[in-house]
Amino acid sequence: MAAKSKPRIKVPKEAKAGEVISLKTLISHEMESGQRKDKDGNVIPRKIINKFACEFNGAPVFSCDIDPAISANPYFEFTAKVSESGTFKFTWTDDDGSVYTDEHEITVN
Amino acid sequence: MSISRRRMLGVSAGFALMSVAGARIALADVEATDKFIMKFTGGKKPETGKITLTAPEIAENGNTVPVSVKVESAMTDGDLVESVLLVADGNPNPDVATFHFTAMSGTAAATTRMRLAKTQNVIAVAKMADGSVFMDKKEVKVTIGGCGG
Repeated sequence: MAAKSKPRIKVPKEAKAGEVISLKTLISHEMESGQRKDKDGNVIPRKIINKFACEFNGAPVFSCDIDPAISANPYFEFTAKVSESGTFKFTWTDDDGSVYTDEHEITVN
Repeated sequence: MSISRRRMLGVSAGFALMSVAGARIALADVEATDKFIMKFTGGKKPETGKITLTAPEIAENGNTVPVSVKVESAMTDGDLVESVLLVADGNPNPDVATFHFTAMSGTAAATTRMRLAKTQNVIAVAKMADGSVFMDKKEVKVTIGGCGG
């Protein structure tokens, strides 16, 4: 019944060396906080994305430890300073152990 | 709001016994949030300055409230932000998120969307690589609470 978690990333395809670029990331996920109850009064168990990480050419750029107070479809916007062409890798980790990833290449002049 | 809906935070026994007016429970949450912040800072009291927290004055929908943090920093060795803690002092639990930055972040800035159960303070605490800590706080008025209830 779980919908597939779909990542959506907005990152420039090109940048100048040393430029600070902006990255916008989103993944579809209910982020069940563990605070809600079903109609019978039972607590709906927590199930969230608990970590997001961004790497560039294997080196960490930005990451976030996520708690249930982050809204559904977690959105993170941050920056990166790149000096060479390469690949951004994005990783989201679910409480249940699932890992979702996405990659984007960038050309740096 | 009935007390049973709130998870009793592991504060001191005195607060746990309080079941009276909402104001008392709000205090317990502020205390719990302060403890949480101290844990992050290693007991250091944060100063104001360097970090700016941006949040709306009024959130129409507590389910998704945009918040941004920005720390003044060159983000190079010698002037680096390690992490920024985001907490809320009126939610069932204070923790919201912790951002971790590196020199490759370029700037120590991040935006996200969070849930707010009711009108409360959102607090951002920055921990620098040299151990100094800074904070900013904003009150957000919430018209429709965002905790599924």
